[in-house]
Amino acid sequence: MIQKEESMGRVHEEALAEPKRRSLLIEVLVRLVKEKPLGTVGGALVLVFFLVGILADYLAPYGYNEFNARAFLKPPSGQFILGTDNVGRDILSRVIFGARISMIVGLAGACLQVVIAVIMGTLSGFIGGRFDLIMQRVVDGWMCFPWLFLVLTIMAILGPGMFQVILVLGFVWGIGSSRVVRGAVIAIKENMYVEVAVAVGSPTWKILFRHILPNTMAPIIILFTTGVGGMILGEASISFLGYGIPPPAPSWGGMLSGVGRYYMTLAPWMIVWPGLALAIVVYGINMLGDALRDILDPKLRGGLGRYGVTRGRKKPPTDKKGHEKPGTKALVI
Amino acid sequence: MRAYVIRRLLLLVATLFLVTLIVFLSVRFIPGDVIELMMSEHMMETQRGRQINAEAIKKRLGLDLPLHEQYGRWLGGVIRGDLGISLWTNRPVAGDILERLPISLELGLLGIAVGLLIAVPIGIYSAIRQDTPGDYLARSFAILCIAVPNFWLATMVIVFPSIWWQWTPPMEYIPFADDPTGNLQQFLIPAVVLGMALSGLTMRMTRTMMLEVLRQDYIRTAWSKGLSERTITFRHAVKNALIPVITLVGLQVPVLIGGAVIIEQIFSLPGMGRFFLDAVRDRDYIIISGVNLVIATIVLINNLLIDCTYAYLDPRVKYR
Repeated sequence: MIQKEESMGRVHEEALAEPKRRSLLIEVLVRLVKEKPLGTVGGALVLVFFLVGILADYLAPYGYNEFNARAFLKPPSGQFILGTDNVGRDILSRVIFGARISMIVGLAGACLQVVIAVIMGTLSGFIGGRFDLIMQRVVDGWMCFPWLFLVLTIMAILGPGMFQVILVLGFVWGIGSSRVVRGAVIAIKENMYVEVAVAVGSPTWKILFRHILPNTMAPIIILFTTGVGGMILGEASISFLGYGIPPPAPSWGGMLSGVGRYYMTLAPWMIVWPGLALAIVVYGINMLGDALRDILDPKLRGGLGRYGVTRGRKKPPTDKKGHEKPGTKALVI
Repeated sequence: MRAYVIRRLLLLVATLFLVTLIVFLSVRFIPGDVIELMMSEHMMETQRGRQINAEAIKKRLGLDLPLHEQYGRWLGGVIRGDLGISLWTNRPVAGDILERLPISLELGLLGIAVGLLIAVPIGIYSAIRQDTPGDYLARSFAILCIAVPNFWLATMVIVFPSIWWQWTPPMEYIPFADDPTGNLQQFLIPAVVLGMALSGLTMRMTRTMMLEVLRQDYIRTAWSKGLSERTITFRHAVKNALIPVITLVGLQVPVLIGGAVIIEQIFSLPGMGRFFLDAVRDRDYIIISGVNLVIATIVLINNLLIDCTYAYLDPRVKYR
């Protein structure tokens, strides 16, 4: 019994250390501000970005599709702080409304990604056995395709639009990131309290929802944060290539392509500002994500791990006896 | 080791089978109205007045057969190296891909080379001078590399030199055989842009791994033997620190291929990425599935090689 408890691994220790699981988010926020100045800066940037997206109607001096006659391709000035484009639309307003589009795609896409990852990962990790083996081969096959190829292929079939972008990006990345959730579920499944729950005859759904899912919150928060950044960049990339959100919607990626590229040497402000906004937001999300990962995933924290801990692909963890579930062998060497 | 490689090869075959299935199904799920669209586009484009009707297109795609038979026929062709014939240009897809593959490969390899050349020295420096201003600078640079979208960076690289110095990158592809230096010059800037994002990740990984290794006991032993910092860093630490970095770079290959699509488009390099984008624009599903299959196979083989290299380089890894 004692031996078993010693071999139980980190997840269990963490669960013991945090008796009130509901306060996880608040605790993470407190630690973020206390311990991670750069992460806090990132979080502040993300907050500003969200506020701009929500309050775009009040912040933007002009409408995103409001033509100003006789103000074509004007460089930045007092009236048009970031300049105007080829049909006289205020770039600042378009960048501000672009924040809203990026925010919607980022949040909705990341939600979908997490939901798909959790469903697939939990099923695969919890059921295990042959089901897991087959699921993991499918994920293997899926992950062989660079995401842009997959996304563009599906977008070629579905056609452009914001809804399609969210659906496709969430779907494509959700399947890929189900690995992370699966790994966490397999690790948690080995814990004593799950064994006890089985022993006292808890129904399966109760074990899943009461014991396993709440403990996967840490990887899910990390997944969501990085997901938002990925979605925003992904949307910008495919809109840039012309298969994302069609004009006149002011998508940051879309503003960099098409007409923007046509006039880029004549009016560089048309393409400088949307890209800069994109870079700042992604920077903020990355910083926040890194800090959250440091706080939530002690295995990755700089000084703590031995060399062996972070070696290789860390996703599928071994169980307490040191060997893996059958399906995972291909992943870890 | 041998048993491990053989087992991985068997798994590779299984995954490859699933890859073909995914590619196959993605094409078979084309909705009917797309076929009609293709038809109307073809009718407009066909100059010789050759009529193409829906039945002909369906037959061309093999859609008139039952699903398993379609798959069998298609797979049989793929194994013989026949990826089908383009709906648009009527050229065999396999040949077109072979023509463009070297260009993408060159771009990708140069991108990796640039990424490593930037990342590894800075990463090592950042680790051995941890928490100095130089380290902070290097880390900020790494984050900058990751945060700046490559298509924006590429656009900036085209726009500002042309405004300031009236210099534009060549928009005509120069084959390596015709003019090696001109070809390399042409590839240099796209490769740097492509390598930037990779170098950011690699820099951070190098730094983390160096820090891990520098805390090991054998490094302390080396210090206490009175070895110079240079010897410790390069003979003892770097070798071990770089093994996981190789894995990281290998795993970034799919990301790199995706990035190359955009870079090729911006710098007008006629590689796989542009070929694919043109096919997506024309809805040439034969080309789309062909390119997807080739890319996925490359990624799969790449992953296998990475794992084997890793197992070979790090004797502590157990092959199970």
